[in-house]
Amino acid sequence: MESIKDKVAIIGMGCTKFGENWDMDSKDMVIEAAYEAYEDAGIDPKDIQAAWMGTYMSGYTGAMIAEPLKLMYKPVTRVENMCATGSEALRNASYAVAAGVYDVVLAIGFEKLKDNGYSGLPDSEVVAEWFMGKPDTYRLPTFSTPAQFALMANRYFAKYGIDPEEGRELLAKIAVKNHHNGTLSPKAHFQREITIEQALKAPMVAYPLGLYDCCGVSDGAAAAIVTRADMASSFRDDPIYIKSLEIAQGPREGALNSEWGYTNMEETYRAGIAAYKEAGITNQRKEISIAEVHDCFSITEMTIYEDLQFSPRGKAKEDIEAGSFALDGELPINTDGGLKCFGHPLGASGLRMMYEVYKQLQEKAGPRQVKNPSLGLSHNIGGVPGSGVCSLIIAGN
Amino acid sequence: MVGITSYGAYIPIYRLSRADISKSWGGPALHGEKAVANFDEDSITLSVAAARDCMNGIDPKTIDSLYFASTSSPYKEKQAAATISAVLDMKSEIFSMDISQSLRAGTNAIAAAMDSINSNSAKNALVCAADIRLGLPNGPRELAYGDGAAAFTLGSENIIATIDGRYSISDEIIDVWRSDKDTYLRSWEDRFIKEKGYNKIVFEAVSGALKKYNLGPKHFSKAVFYSPDSRAVGSVARKLGFDTKTQVQDIMYDTVGNTGAALAPMLLVGALEEAKPGDRLLLASYGDGCDVFILTVTPEIENIQAKNKRGIKVHLKSKKMLTSYEKYLRWRDIISVEPAPRPPLQVPSAVALWRDRKGGLALYGSKCKNCGLPQYPAQRICIKCQAKDEFEDYCFANRKAILFTFSHDNLAPAIDPPVTLCVVNFDGGGRIQCDMTDREIKEVKVDMPVEMTFRKIRYVGGIYDYWWKCMPPRE
Repeated sequence: MESIKDKVAIIGMGCTKFGENWDMDSKDMVIEAAYEAYEDAGIDPKDIQAAWMGTYMSGYTGAMIAEPLKLMYKPVTRVENMCATGSEALRNASYAVAAGVYDVVLAIGFEKLKDNGYSGLPDSEVVAEWFMGKPDTYRLPTFSTPAQFALMANRYFAKYGIDPEEGRELLAKIAVKNHHNGTLSPKAHFQREITIEQALKAPMVAYPLGLYDCCGVSDGAAAAIVTRADMASSFRDDPIYIKSLEIAQGPREGALNSEWGYTNMEETYRAGIAAYKEAGITNQRKEISIAEVHDCFSITEMTIYEDLQFSPRGKAKEDIEAGSFALDGELPINTDGGLKCFGHPLGASGLRMMYEVYKQLQEKAGPRQVKNPSLGLSHNIGGVPGSGVCSLIIAGN
Repeated sequence: MVGITSYGAYIPIYRLSRADISKSWGGPALHGEKAVANFDEDSITLSVAAARDCMNGIDPKTIDSLYFASTSSPYKEKQAAATISAVLDMKSEIFSMDISQSLRAGTNAIAAAMDSINSNSAKNALVCAADIRLGLPNGPRELAYGDGAAAFTLGSENIIATIDGRYSISDEIIDVWRSDKDTYLRSWEDRFIKEKGYNKIVFEAVSGALKKYNLGPKHFSKAVFYSPDSRAVGSVARKLGFDTKTQVQDIMYDTVGNTGAALAPMLLVGALEEAKPGDRLLLASYGDGCDVFILTVTPEIENIQAKNKRGIKVHLKSKKMLTSYEKYLRWRDIISVEPAPRPPLQVPSAVALWRDRKGGLALYGSKCKNCGLPQYPAQRICIKCQAKDEFEDYCFANRKAILFTFSHDNLAPAIDPPVTLCVVNFDGGGRIQCDMTDREIKEVKVDMPVEMTFRKIRYVGGIYDYWWKCMPPRE
């Protein structure tokens, strides 16, 4: 079994401003992201030989990009993996290039969430049904997505003997960190500092998660141009090479197996192990320079520290308190504000994470640039604890 | 010989103080409280709860006929008894029947069950009676009506109370009624309906029964009467010659309220809980006539009394006060409130519900015969050992469980927010994710004991969708 390591490279990326893009529909956002990527790669739109398009709930078929971008009768594949859709577009595009079928392809993800008037995600219960195990009966608990992740928080606190109030303060520190990073990201949805006190006093969404424990619901699009590694340097001096592309699909074990503990996401742990192996990483905490992780909720980020083996099990608390993952910390995580502040247009998020990794590795991240980066990681999940999917991509310069 | 072989009852945990109702409308602080079914309960779920209390230790496959009695069945056309038999995991070759449209439905059902046994068409019968009746806000019926249920098994062996006599009157009168277009009960003028209705008919029926069986009030330890309000029972019982202080079963007006077709059966459960072998009991209902029964308690009563039943006694004691009258109005959909800014609820598929009738209604999952792990819903390939089609049926409904983790969800659309989302781990293995009901926010803690309760989970597209929730044990 061969690995994807150093077979493909990213030579151009684009990302719209994330947020409440009242002035743009999904077509406008697709055009902005794609054309920024074309320009960054120095290619003509006609150079694109095939495309992979990801959206969770903002349309169907490749027509959603073929029409706005006028990709004239080219092969377009639509992929969907809930909130991990963007990474899936990049993963499939990369494999097609690695297979030698295409030389230059587009991977693009987008989502238009703020046109529907709901608070939270506008996904209907139909979606929830599919990952709750009894389709079309609606014999499922009543819940919002935050509550599904809050289940992990309450069990985590109980297991490690953390008083819930202390636990909420730890989570608030993650939100404060990501809000700070968001102020340094011009394209982020939220760009303002918050205090721990503000986070703790915010309205409760799903106990113990308050408003600032939850990521933004945003509109946005992000795109990448992928080519063969041996062609990459003909496009630019600083291409970014794919070191691993992993995905772990959970079998709903958390929901079915009463022995599963609800204090982590097994999908993340498994994908991490596979990705480190593929990339040849033995000390992830030291070797990885920057990580973009799927902080849909503060507790998700806290448990990711442990699942990706940056912190030992049960010890995320110590790293949060030490600021290990702050911009000036040992391993900066979510340098662009993460889902929390950059925002979360579901199908675009995986590619937005890679956009930050790409800019950081090229040392073009402006005021939030980390020092001497060599490897960046993007971690993108779909679903909920106990019933999820995790995409992990490691890239290097 | 035919008689009652077991009893059970159910009173919803929530109580609404009558003073809270009357003061909301600027009236004086009335006394007493009424039992109020939660927003996720209806006559079917109340019946299931009472039947589970009654069936504790009885194999559901031994039941041959099932009668559901109520004036407030969720469906105008569709049998509730069929749903209840599926929930209780009864065999399919039973006779099931709904008896409705009369306040007398509860005792009508007991009579029908007796006849099924006397005619040898059934060995064992189950009767469930439940009601949730609505009076218009700021009216006497809203104050009087409470919610509750009772259940009995009847048979010819292991009888705890033989039914020795029966006497009925049918009577045409428009006194308390609800047309097919009405949501709320109507009533004619109080003096007319007492004089020509309840007082007259109950007196005539009980007198007729006593005469038929050559008995007098002194031959009874307890007389159980339906009563439309707190006072009516006293005047009839006195006129018949019963001592209202010692001989008449308390009608629970101040604690539960008038539970309609379930009231007389619930009061009979209360009487049986206190009965001694040899006691003779009288049961009289009312509604478009009157059914009277004469029962004699046997020594078997002591075995049933010794069982871990909640019945009337425990359910009466185990209560939570509803924090406001407005909450009750919301639960009954009497007032409209701002909807949650969330997508509309989806209509379940009748096909999917049909496929899920054992898993969803009787709460069956499967247990892996290879590694032993129980799983819900039923699986074909084991999550733990991946063995294929090596499963046996496994029912979770009556298993002890703990709350593994939870969240109070303010974002999910709910009639009574927040929704308490739970992961429940069963003793012996197995897990389910479900809502918690009948809970106070403060009492919810990781690792607390919980048990499963059958509830209505949504009403969309004309379909009542039922499933299970967890709750703190009633004690």
